[in-house]
Amino acid sequence: MIPEIGNFALILALCLALIQGTLPLIGAATGRRAWMNLGRSTVLGQFLMVSIAFVCLTYAFIVNDFSVLYAAMNSNSQLPLQYRIAAVWGGHEGSLLLWALLLAAWALAVSMFSRSLPEEMVARVLGVMGLLSVGFLLFVLLTSNPFERLLPAALDGRDLNPLLQDPGLIFHPPMLYMGYVGFSVAFSFAIAALLSGKLDASWARWSRPWTTIAWVFLTFGVGLGSWWAYYELGWGGWWFWDPVENSSFMPWLVGTALIHSLAVTEKRGCFRNWTVLLAILTFSLSLLGAFLVRSGVLTSVHAFATDPERGVFILGFLVTVIGTSLALYAWRAPKVGMGGAFHWSSRETMLLTNNVLLVVVAGMVLLGTLYPLLLDALNLGKISVGPPYFDAVFVPLMLPLVFLCGLGSLVRWKHDDLAELMIRLRWVFILSLLLSIVIPFMMGHFSIMVCLGLLVAIWVIATTFYGLWQRVVGRSGNRGFVAGFRSLTASYIGMVLAHIGMAIGVIGITLVSGYEIEKDVRMDVGDTLTMGGYEFKFEGVENIEGPNYSASRGLIQVSENGQVLTTLHPEKRVYNVQTMPMTEAAIDSTIFRDLYVSMGDSLGGTAWAVRVYYKPFISWLWMGCFLMGLGGLLAVSDRRYRLAHRKNKKKVVVPEMDMAEGVKS
Amino acid sequence: MKNRHKRLIFVLAGLAGLAVAATLVFKALDSNLSYFFSPTEVAEGSAPKDNVFRLGGIVEVGSVQQTGEGLTVHFSVTDNANSVMISYTGILPDLFEEGQGVITQGKLGADGLFYADEVLAKHDETYMPPEVADALEEGKKKLESNGS
Repeated sequence: MIPEIGNFALILALCLALIQGTLPLIGAATGRRAWMNLGRSTVLGQFLMVSIAFVCLTYAFIVNDFSVLYAAMNSNSQLPLQYRIAAVWGGHEGSLLLWALLLAAWALAVSMFSRSLPEEMVARVLGVMGLLSVGFLLFVLLTSNPFERLLPAALDGRDLNPLLQDPGLIFHPPMLYMGYVGFSVAFSFAIAALLSGKLDASWARWSRPWTTIAWVFLTFGVGLGSWWAYYELGWGGWWFWDPVENSSFMPWLVGTALIHSLAVTEKRGCFRNWTVLLAILTFSLSLLGAFLVRSGVLTSVHAFATDPERGVFILGFLVTVIGTSLALYAWRAPKVGMGGAFHWSSRETMLLTNNVLLVVVAGMVLLGTLYPLLLDALNLGKISVGPPYFDAVFVPLMLPLVFLCGLGSLVRWKHDDLAELMIRLRWVFILSLLLSIVIPFMMGHFSIMVCLGLLVAIWVIATTFYGLWQRVVGRSGNRGFVAGFRSLTASYIGMVLAHIGMAIGVIGITLVSGYEIEKDVRMDVGDTLTMGGYEFKFEGVENIEGPNYSASRGLIQVSENGQVLTTLHPEKRVYNVQTMPMTEAAIDSTIFRDLYVSMGDSLGGTAWAVRVYYKPFISWLWMGCFLMGLGGLLAVSDRRYRLAHRKNKKKVVVPEMDMAEGVKS
Repeated sequence: MKNRHKRLIFVLAGLAGLAVAATLVFKALDSNLSYFFSPTEVAEGSAPKDNVFRLGGIVEVGSVQQTGEGLTVHFSVTDNANSVMISYTGILPDLFEEGQGVITQGKLGADGLFYADEVLAKHDETYMPPEVADALEEGKKKLESNGS
């Protein structure tokens, strides 16, 4: 009964989405207030219906209703409760339902927090989101219905893939989807602007917080995914340039370009066309990612095993969305106009270069990801493009980007004197250079790549602090430093934090790539391996039982200079239902290094194959991601967005903008 | 005129950047593409002798042997028409199992043994890497045409 209610709720949601996607848009075009207001009510209705459906599916998982096919394929009665709930989005159908739920949730958030926006703009944004919901709900109802029945019901489920039975499953997909779906808000704002023909700085101010929050979620989502892969897969890797990873990274790269471009559009009114195009591009990449992951065309650890029919549907959806939005752009963008002029020596140029570099990198990643598919489709052979390609194109482009990040944040808007700035910064540069030469020697051996990576990252940190100090001093006047600090806006501190976070991430990646040590060895009881200044002593294996698995648990004693630090317990688990072996690595983590041990196979007798890693500074990578996201959140909390919100009590009249000019706000 | 000049410079700079990017891409692609070959293609000699390539198929049941030297293991993969012996030093992935699909990357040695640097096994009971599936299809077709 409950699954049927869920199914029915989804159908109702689709009907509401159809109304949401059509009437408000027509209303905005013809000026019918009643139809425009329908946007908010249908959004609420759609959200309620999709939530009901989601709750029904979750209920089926919690009570182990194996007459629901999806639950039977992805769950099991022995599965602990938190994983039974997380398993709802562990497979294709359920994860799509999660996507639809989050789309409705974002639409609801937009309708609730947009009281100060003009009615037509809200109607158009909600209308576009409604159309997107129609697409996804149709996809779910027609090809991937999670409520399909299995009759007669299975006695027990096939169990969730053991790799997914981990806290990572609870957080990573929802975060990631919040990011993907969040960019649909930026997309909808862009389309709404194109439809209305009005694109000004206030449009940028409205869409900026939404875009930044989506970017924050995507940052956390990608970071979580990387961390999860690191500790879960047992191979110590944290990024594989896997096509599915790439399809989450590309929207992030373009999304980063978008938030920077929005900054320019808001501040100076220029780059408007470009910002709109970026918004369309970011969301298109999210959709492309969804297609790649679910269509079965990829070889990947992440790919959902699914059939071509779904691939065709989502490809059609992708082509429709991208095609219509680009066509709309081509038709309307020329009317939008250029905006304020700027000198080549200015922050605008810096940000333009930032954008160009990010988009080119995203393009290269896209090429590497799609090239094998293209060749295969043309029957030119089956190839694979591996990490060496991506590393070879990514690093040379990212180094200048990171360098410019440090420099650019100090350059003034409209017109600055770069030469004078460089002279002022010469000691900062020399300091960064010195550190970047000394640190590699301290770590063990010198490498030019490590030096370059450290140079740009330390440069960013140093210039950011320099800029911070300058601003505080500039604003203290005779009121003292404390007053100077307190005058800093949340968006400025957010920027500082995010840039420093990025630099810390780069330092982590550089040092780990340059100085990690990995050894696969055969170890018998009593054998000791010395590596990275630590001794690892293998003390044998014991057999234990978990809630739904049995495991061989290794005991590895770790000491440094003879002093015992800790005992690591890597496990080799065999789950009861799917009987596939799984490695659970043991990690000893400090700020300065990770010691990572995982077990291979038993080699007969008491000997085991053991993999030991020494990974210096790898936690800086996750810390960096976290700081970037935190910086974004701070930036969104800035007063100027809330002030606009508080003003909503009176009807806000937005003056007619001359479309050929930008507006400075 | 100043504006026109500025725009021209921007466009030229953009094109130059694009050219650099394109060069990087082609250089990188050139040396880092990895082609897939089936055991049949290797047996027929169409696989390269000194380049890294990918080889995949089904691990033949009973063919996995530890050589006793460290972590080196030998096993044989087949596409139901031909098979190739593979040597790998290291820890095999969890999902590596006899009778299941696997893709390896490495070089063909002078002794006819394929020395793998990487072994990738499928991640799920129902998932079969597309390349292996295709190779199996080809193998089946060959068998049928040989049989009849």
